[in-house]
Amino acid sequence: MFLAKIYVTLKEGVLDPQGNAVGKALHSMNYKEVQKVKVGKYVELYIEGENAEEVGKRVDEICGKLLVNPVVEQYSYELVEV
Amino acid sequence: MKFGIVVFPGTNCEADVRYVVEEILGQEAYYLWHKEKSVKRYDCIILPGGASYGGYLREGAMAKFSPIMEAITDHALKGGLVLGISDGFQILLEAGLLPGAMVKNDSLQFRCQDTYIRVENEKTPYTCLYSPGEVLKIPIAHAAGNYYVDEKNLKELEEGGQIVFRYCSPSGEVLPQYNPNGSLNNIAGITNGEGNILGMMPHPERCSEEIMSGVAGRKVFESILYWLKERCAL
Repeated sequence: MFLAKIYVTLKEGVLDPQGNAVGKALHSMNYKEVQKVKVGKYVELYIEGENAEEVGKRVDEICGKLLVNPVVEQYSYELVEV
Repeated sequence: MKFGIVVFPGTNCEADVRYVVEEILGQEAYYLWHKEKSVKRYDCIILPGGASYGGYLREGAMAKFSPIMEAITDHALKGGLVLGISDGFQILLEAGLLPGAMVKNDSLQFRCQDTYIRVENEKTPYTCLYSPGEVLKIPIAHAAGNYYVDEKNLKELEEGGQIVFRYCSPSGEVLPQYNPNGSLNNIAGITNGEGNILGMMPHPERCSEEIMSGVAGRKVFESILYWLKERCAL
């Protein structure tokens, strides 16, 4: 069994109103060193599979079909054997 | 004419649309549960607003896997009319029937208010009874109506006359301050290249009789009827 930790964020160039709002809040709290904030989604999948390569292919497929909208979003993931 | 009104788990504007079709247009309206596999009997399919599948993951994301979507795609590819309102528009985007995607409103607020939109193309089946540039006072109610599309597709939409409605001032000026959600180029509604599929964020069914806030949306439905009858007469 594998655990896929999937991170979904908005692509560069797509307005991220949540990220901007959090960024502004941090600045008003005096964390001036924060240059940019992006808010996204974190998804965990517990997924059966023989090896990481095979599971990775399934995760890409799942992201492409449902978890991610490629028009506005990008994703990355880590696989951990559990 | 027969109108099919698609109901997904979480859809909540179906009764308003049905009321307009039956009581105001005097036409037949049928609810179509999302498990249906055929929409062949219908002249026009409407995907009403609401929160299909609770709006989880992304608005409209889950609905594209409902069995009825295959039948709707088939209907649309044959030139059949498909109107998506609000969540229905988001579903059409997620299903790839219209280009682009929705992100959260730039205000991060759920916006439930009257807006003004300008008719940018009055040669579609949904706007053929409006005058060019007519301004409509029409309500919106959404959290993710901030339309985004890449530059190439935006250019195609602009050049192809696919942008049907834009947010504007009460007198019709398209300016950023009249944009309620941050939508690119003040876009409120678009069609596909052929013009038979329309997605719009504002709710025309909520302003289709005098007792409501006005009748600006009624001609969307009357245009559909007019267009269908004209086509039958040919």
